[in-house]
Amino acid sequence: MSGISTTQFSKYNAKIAKNRATSEPAWVRWTLIAAALLYLSLFLFMPLAAVFTEALRKGVDTYISALVDADALSAMKLTFIAALIAVPLNLVFGVAAAWAIAKFEFKGKSILITLIDLPFAVSPVIAGLIYVLIFGLQGWFGQWLSDHDLKVIFAIPGIVLATIFVTFPFVARELIPLMQAQGKDEEEAALVLGASGWQILWRVTLPNIKWGLLYGVILTNARAMGEFGAVSVVSGHIRGLTNTMPLHVEILYNEYNYAAAFAAASVLALLALVTLVLKSIVEWYAARSARAIEQN
Amino acid sequence: MIKFDRVSKRYPGSFDAIKNITFEINQGDLVFVTGASGAGKSTLLKLIAGLERPTSGTVLINNQNVSQLKAAAIPYLRRNFGLIFQDHKLLYNRNCFENVALPLHINGILGEEAAKRIRAALDKVGLLSKEKSMPITLSGGEQQRLAIARAVVSRPAILIADEPTGNLDENYATDILGFLYAFQQVGVTVIIACHELPQNIPENMQNAMKVLHLQHGELSA
Ligand SMILES: Nc1ncnc2c1ncn2[C@@H]1O[C@H](COP(=O)(O)OP(=O)(O)OP(=O)(O)O)[C@@H](O)[C@H]1O
Ligand SMILES: [Mg+2]
Repeated sequence: MSGISTTQFSKYNAKIAKNRATSEPAWVRWTLIAAALLYLSLFLFMPLAAVFTEALRKGVDTYISALVDADALSAMKLTFIAALIAVPLNLVFGVAAAWAIAKFEFKGKSILITLIDLPFAVSPVIAGLIYVLIFGLQGWFGQWLSDHDLKVIFAIPGIVLATIFVTFPFVARELIPLMQAQGKDEEEAALVLGASGWQILWRVTLPNIKWGLLYGVILTNARAMGEFGAVSVVSGHIRGLTNTMPLHVEILYNEYNYAAAFAAASVLALLALVTLVLKSIVEWYAARSARAIEQN
Repeated sequence: MIKFDRVSKRYPGSFDAIKNITFEINQGDLVFVTGASGAGKSTLLKLIAGLERPTSGTVLINNQNVSQLKAAAIPYLRRNFGLIFQDHKLLYNRNCFENVALPLHINGILGEEAAKRIRAALDKVGLLSKEKSMPITLSGGEQQRLAIARAVVSRPAILIADEPTGNLDENYATDILGFLYAFQQVGVTVIIACHELPQNIPENMQNAMKVLHLQHGELSA
């Protein structure tokens, strides 16, 4: 029955919001909009434009050759590998954690919620250092790892681990409020109709959270490809081996190779733009399906 | 097909909601479970549908002992039943059509075949014109009819209704009972819980009719 009250409530909220927005005098609205636009252009659009101008300053040929350079390609490859491993893992983890937190009562729940936020709270550099402490040559498992000829720090596994760590809150954070708002009614109904646990997950829970889930995945992916701090600590900056795109940009920049640095940066900037577009599309679809429910 | 042998049910930290009950229900029976509020009607229905397990005694459904079933087998047991609840348990963010679709999806029936059966079920309860409506926009009686459509769409052998007429006025109540009786007529076992035995039950059903009257969890004549 809770479905009735939440829907009616959000309708009511929308009404209040509408009235309030139209009750401000015009000049207040325009001043605020102008301030926001100025701020955006100063801190977002200008840097973005600068990246592309700098990247193309020495011509398209230099731009392209900076991108097809062997080190650049290997950095892109590693970035995609890290994201390709981190995103699915955090997707599964995020759904499981959000499900447990939203649908069940258990001891230690508030500790779990706090732990999920940990990567937001600690500096990524510290996160990287923790992995060095655990898996590094002088670390807890260092001896064991080197005995078995395994390399984590200054190698791809370390980069993947650091990426997983910094990106694991996104999906869970997106889903927890969504699943809490939806409550348990639907799952209970499905259970009573004879659905097994997997069927409830596939046919009821996931369809209900699909937009939030997609949104979380997009954010996770953006962060996974863009992460600098934690990855920088565990990478060791070995060209062509353990450099991700952001690290590659930094190295080129430190070598005063600006055109190449900005060319590589422009790829990351494009990724960000694609992320923003996908994010708006998902938001648009989510809002549309929410409206469809309310209008009926 | 349903056999209770000295069944008791005690909820954790509570008293016996069902005490030492023995009875048998055959295919095609029309069963009324009556009794005052708190007498244990809902508990008895949940025991029948495998939503609760007995504390002692044996519950046999199609010769299977519910207490000895593996957890993984319980969902399959539940699919023998169509359930209509005291509180509907409709899904309020899906329209009528999608609500009725859920049991078929659980059984892996999709596409045209599903759509045909969903529309037939909605038609049977007079809601075909509302297939795209949201349950919120339906009246209480219509919501109850939607719950019936959802319960029968997977063609269960046993239909269980917990106070299906609870908060409806008399005309609606007769309506709803009429739908349920119609399923008994085509061979479905129908089990209805209500406070008192309904008035004017059709003549031709009275010989297949059984009354289980509960008082404080015990069966009384
Ligand atoms: N989940 C539960 N946990 C503990 N006690 C319960 C639970 N469900 C029911 N009971 C108790 O068991 C007894 C029987 O409840 P039940 O719901 O079966 O009664 P009922 O006959 O269906 O009543 P009503 O007509 O009000 O629906 C009541 O005393 C109730 O408080
Ligand atoms: Mg009851």
